[in-house]
Amino acid sequence: MILVVAEQREGKLNRASWEAVAAGQQLLREADIAVLKIVVLGRAVSALANELAAASSAGVIAVENQSLGTYTPDAFVQALRQIVTTESPQFVVFPHTYQTRDFVPALAAAMDRAVVTDAIAIRNVNGAPAFARPMFQGKLTADVVPEGPTPHLVTFQIGAFRADAVARGASPAPITAAEATIDASAVRQKPEEPFQEVRQAVDLSQAERIVAVGRGIKSQDNLPLAEALAKALGAELAASRPICDNGWLPMERQIGSSGQTVAPKLYVALGISGAIQHLVGMKGARTIVAINKDAEAPIFEVADYGIQGDLFEIAPAIAAELQKG
Amino acid sequence: MKIAVCIKQVPTREWQPRLTEDKKWIREQDISYEMNEPDAYALEEALRLREKHSGEVVVCSAGPARVQQVIREALARGADRALHVEDAALGGADAFAAAAALADPMAEERFDLVLTGLQSDDQGHAQFGPILATRLGIPHSTIIMEVIADAGSVRVKRELEGGWFQYLSMPLPALLTIQSGINQLRYATLKGIMAAKKKEIKKVAPASAVASRQRIVALYPPEKAKQTVMIPGSAAEAAKELVRRLREEARVL
Repeated sequence: MILVVAEQREGKLNRASWEAVAAGQQLLREADIAVLKIVVLGRAVSALANELAAASSAGVIAVENQSLGTYTPDAFVQALRQIVTTESPQFVVFPHTYQTRDFVPALAAAMDRAVVTDAIAIRNVNGAPAFARPMFQGKLTADVVPEGPTPHLVTFQIGAFRADAVARGASPAPITAAEATIDASAVRQKPEEPFQEVRQAVDLSQAERIVAVGRGIKSQDNLPLAEALAKALGAELAASRPICDNGWLPMERQIGSSGQTVAPKLYVALGISGAIQHLVGMKGARTIVAINKDAEAPIFEVADYGIQGDLFEIAPAIAAELQKG
Repeated sequence: MKIAVCIKQVPTREWQPRLTEDKKWIREQDISYEMNEPDAYALEEALRLREKHSGEVVVCSAGPARVQQVIREALARGADRALHVEDAALGGADAFAAAAALADPMAEERFDLVLTGLQSDDQGHAQFGPILATRLGIPHSTIIMEVIADAGSVRVKRELEGGWFQYLSMPLPALLTIQSGINQLRYATLKGIMAAKKKEIKKVAPASAVASRQRIVALYPPEKAKQTVMIPGSAAEAAKELVRRLREEARVL
């Protein structure tokens, strides 16, 4: 059996939950497993369970508990450990989100089971499933096999599977309620309300064109070169995380998993290597141009047009070419 | 306040991967190494907490003899002493194996706070922190952007997706994984480098054989998502051709 753990916040399913269901359904075929179930946890999840019942599965398990209302790793580990032990699946599948990054390794450690994180594909190696995952900042992909007794836990990278690829059932899957006993006094994290730091003054998601700079720009003093190119293209200026970490550009101009997700008509990546945390924020762009001195940089894997070379020569040359009209 | 910082030695960013004959691991003899960047932010945060609350900062690392390089660097930046769990097999080990190797000697130290980076720049599992916390029996939180320590508890700012944050509190001892950019890094001074030579590095062997929970069956360059048109020529020639293609082919200008 495969158990897919759906993620929700404030009574809404995370879109990545559907992607995890799609991944679970593919794993079902690859590993020749008969049964897939979906579990959803929270304070009140019956509406979400109904929604998830549309997917082709053997059933949806709804776990309701006051202590699951606001996410904490301790409560989620307690609850899921019970559900996983009862259901005894071969694989437990999750989306790879900030929330699962927080508790899934702890769940695996508590159960003393293997966990594969950030998987992007399912492979078949001699009849057994292996999981492809990026390593070394995306420079390499590894096919890995989890070892030791089951269940094996797997998280799937956002966007690796398509939510619209979820197989639907002919009729809604049966929904069952399951009890999880949570010792609230053993939940050590006391969470406060989530908040947004500043109202985003710049909504990069609306920009038609974006020029984004990465480590290759080397120094804050070199930013005018990127600004000049952005101006010539009629583009907004953005950056990868290290640039904002250094304070060279404000955090609100950061593209990637911790910043904004964008899908402009044109995205020019200047000196960005293309770590996965950045790619998830921009790979939906219609046309991607990558300029990088390293021909092996992962950014070229998602680029439509690539120029390998010195951005300090190429960016001004492009700006000059545009001004010729 | 007694603070541990777990650091990992990883290949430098400039490193170009080359594979072993069996295509299951990287050729280690070609690699130059550096401190995992998120761990460097964790170390800086530990040093700042020590400056504020006094106490000591102990660097903890699991790996082969070569990881002494980053341990020395951490000592030069200001850590007080180090714990090195040494075993050749820890070089390519996964987070389970690294946490298993460090758990017992770290438990003996009874740290108030354990910090580490949110993930490593090599294998990138993002698992080590929560696994170690579970083995140590202490609470944890991940992807932390601010640490406010108090007597017996800690309040932290956790990063959520898409520009959202959340504060949460937990009792000490606790483990936190630190997000890059939480602070501005300091670098080692000459004085620090000299002082580091006299600092203690306690070496211990793992209590049990190093055993990873995942096996790499193949390692290869990533598959291309798109057919990339690589534009050759001088900067001026490439720029001209790119602009032409963006206008006529992609029609985005």
